[in-house]
Amino acid sequence: MPRYFTDEHEWIDVEGDSATVGITDYAQEQLGDIVFVELPSVGSMLDKGGDAAVVESVKAASDVYAPITGEVTEGNSALEDEPALVNSSPEEDGWFFRMTIADKDELEGLMDGKGYKTFVDSL
Amino acid sequence: MAPKEQPPRKLSGTTDRWTDGYSGKRICHASATEGVSLAAIAGPNSQVSRQRGCKTARHIGALAHSLGTDDLSDDLTEDEIPLQVLPLDAWHRMHGARMVPFAGYEMPIQYTGDTVSHGGGIVAEHNWTRENASLFDVSHMGQLGLSSDGGLLAAAEALEALVPGLITSLKEGRMRYSMLLDENGGILDDLMVTNTGKHIALVVNGATKWDDIAHLREHLDDDITLTHYADNALLALQGPKAVDVLATLVPQAAELVFMTACFADWDGVPLWISRAGYTGEDGFEIAVPGEHAEKLATALMADDRVNPAGLGARDSLRLEAGLPLYGHDITTETDPVSADLAFALSKKRREAGGYMGHGPVMQVFDNGPAQKRVGLTLEGRMPAREGADVFAGETKVGTVTSGGFSPTLGQPIAMAYVDLAHASDGTALTCEVRGKHLPATVAPMPFVPHKYFRGS
Repeated sequence: MPRYFTDEHEWIDVEGDSATVGITDYAQEQLGDIVFVELPSVGSMLDKGGDAAVVESVKAASDVYAPITGEVTEGNSALEDEPALVNSSPEEDGWFFRMTIADKDELEGLMDGKGYKTFVDSL
Repeated sequence: MAPKEQPPRKLSGTTDRWTDGYSGKRICHASATEGVSLAAIAGPNSQVSRQRGCKTARHIGALAHSLGTDDLSDDLTEDEIPLQVLPLDAWHRMHGARMVPFAGYEMPIQYTGDTVSHGGGIVAEHNWTRENASLFDVSHMGQLGLSSDGGLLAAAEALEALVPGLITSLKEGRMRYSMLLDENGGILDDLMVTNTGKHIALVVNGATKWDDIAHLREHLDDDITLTHYADNALLALQGPKAVDVLATLVPQAAELVFMTACFADWDGVPLWISRAGYTGEDGFEIAVPGEHAEKLATALMADDRVNPAGLGARDSLRLEAGLPLYGHDITTETDPVSADLAFALSKKRREAGGYMGHGPVMQVFDNGPAQKRVGLTLEGRMPAREGADVFAGETKVGTVTSGGFSPTLGQPIAMAYVDLAHASDGTALTCEVRGKHLPATVAPMPFVPHKYFRGS
């Protein structure tokens, strides 16, 4: 399944009409030790670019934005007990939430893996 | 991703930034609040203004996280501010430090290098300090000395006009925590005062040192000599194994007890060693000529019990230890009584007066403060950060001045100023974070017991 990236350091896996969202390895490394993740509630509607989740590291809180528009269908309950999964497995077990894809055209503005790598290297 | 909003300030630059927000009056470079303000990845030339207490964050086209600063008033962008480099700059980078601007310097916030045996990161550095020994570079702090042709006593008397503590009674090799107060009793800075036998030494916060120097110079008589040891480095070795490590280099360090200090010669390098720190652990702060700092750091790091630790762990450690952070928990808007630092108001000087701010401070002392600095422990895992409102039921009764997640306790902790009626231990309050009211309880500080060595 295709994986896309945003310039806000979120990744999004697309499988049919559903998508899984998390933050990138680069993002978790920059944030440091993550102690809490506030996920959107199931059923909430997210707008592309709008607030979706909050990541708390030891020191500070950071927003995670919705990479696309859609409805939240599931949150990663494993993060409640083990937020450090975002550090240890950011792009697999440490996923944040799943959502519907309201408009597939929104995916077109996102980066692929190669594009994201180039983007990160430029930072 | 983007940082939650913080007090107004600007971020810019292409590297990690701890932003300053402090208006230094006398100097061309900025001084920051001592508080940690970490913007992890500020994008190229991105700028963001932030507002305290806002519930939303802004896109800055970049990922950043921040640690919050306070009393931010200047609008200088950092690009206008030449950052100074610490004597240990190269050493930090060799150990994989992430360097950020802080108090006008590029400083390590955390380490990630292969040379760091615990793997690096704030939590690992924090825990290592609690269990072993960590080396912190705090060379940004101001090392000052007062002397007088009239002798040490004259210098001590002169300082007493500006601080509420007894300095004249300080014996050689002893040190004391005190504060510089303004005419309203507000706290200009907190500092350590030591009688070295040669002068009255002060260690002041890095962010405030230039203002402190101006304040001291303005109010001390001309026959008092004020020396700024700007070329000295200051290394802190903190943790339960610090004494054993340092004693391998300097045996007499083991003879010190908490809040005492001595000169030492290490391999021809003059050291001034104080048994004190900012972590709640036993440990030392070592003043060393800057040109010898790397040699000392390398010798300490050669011991397996030592790892480097950055400003991030320093902040989480001091928060657990209940130690206030200048610019956040104490400011010119707070006084020693409200800040719960009345222990530093010596009885003799409370009665005799003769120091700047004495009248206003005594009014608060005698009548009780409106609000008091307290500790809060929070349920759950979501931290309440600086600026969060504190509620008793529906009523706002205070504000968080620093907060974070305690690695030692595994729960969020905070310092807050709350109305006196709600300041007693055990009081049930809430902290408002992103519209949620998090249950919080007023708790005694330190959150994690101090382990100072006071003698066997």
